[in-house]
Amino acid sequence: MHELSLSSAIVATVTKHAGGRPVSSVKLHVGALRQVVPESLEFYFGLVARDTVCEGARLEQTLIALRMRCSCGYEWDLDEPSFRCPDCGAGDAEIVAGDEFEVESIVVEEERSASSSAGS
Amino acid sequence: MHHPVPVREGVLDANTTIARANREDFDRASVKVINLMSSPGAGKTTLLEAVLRDLDGTRAAVLEGDVQGSLDSERIEALGVPVVQISTGETFGGECHLDANMVRSALGDLPLDDVDLLIIENVGNLVCPAEFTVGEDVRVMVTSITEGEEKPLKYPLMFRSCEFILVNKIDLLPHLDFDLDLFLENLDSVHPDVQHALVSARTGEGTEAFKKWLLERVRTPARAS
Repeated sequence: MHELSLSSAIVATVTKHAGGRPVSSVKLHVGALRQVVPESLEFYFGLVARDTVCEGARLEQTLIALRMRCSCGYEWDLDEPSFRCPDCGAGDAEIVAGDEFEVESIVVEEERSASSSAGS
Repeated sequence: MHHPVPVREGVLDANTTIARANREDFDRASVKVINLMSSPGAGKTTLLEAVLRDLDGTRAAVLEGDVQGSLDSERIEALGVPVVQISTGETFGGECHLDANMVRSALGDLPLDDVDLLIIENVGNLVCPAEFTVGEDVRVMVTSITEGEEKPLKYPLMFRSCEFILVNKIDLLPHLDFDLDLFLENLDSVHPDVQHALVSARTGEGTEAFKKWLLERVRTPARAS
């Protein structure tokens, strides 16, 4: 269900930028913290994309690893959800990468027949 | 001909924009807003029954998100607290969370000018509600000891996004194999130093600490956003 809501949001974001042109691929940056199941997102995206400019578009997902930075200067990658600084023990480290969920770019098809549907 | 178009836009930005508009409306009415989240059956409504009974003069309203039915709303209404229900069940399969737009559509029904505190009881789910901000000041979570020690490790986004975590059903501790120390260790690993309270919404044990925190938050002036 998580991936279904996110797919709808992806289609809405892409539609805004596609200017009514059919979209052939969507590049997505997905942070590890988002806990997205790639296969599930792909499945729901295909479903939600029907009758929109995204219909048939390929979804290219790039997973971004979770990286933290502590105020002591220490930086580390997280394989497990252990957010306390392993060096000084402080609890207020910042997320440097891994919480993004962004449409990076899309590829649109130009010069299709003028009657192409803009979707809804 | 294929033509690449840079987008670089957060997928949830549209939701965040609407959430910001909600937040402005809440601030204008001087209403503090709590987004209360949990898994299904963790005890959100029972907790509200325990806490809303007496708020030392603070006037509260509740916005109830539910996939279907109005049982939770009726329980809140019985306390004399104004409650508005959003049923998410009308969309495809029933939404598993409230989003900013659903909350926006309910604003007109809420007596914002007559209350100091609005509690938005989200749909029971540990994943989706964490993704969709609705314009709240602060996020609060109820987790219960019947859910196991490993929940923080499995749902880090949810546990990290909340400022206060209520560990509910503590009255059942003698009857379960729940390892409270291990749970607290996992919680600290995912959200170091997060404020939490061990409570039983059923007996009322520990809920005073939460109520005290809640009332302090209501009295804190809104920060500029």
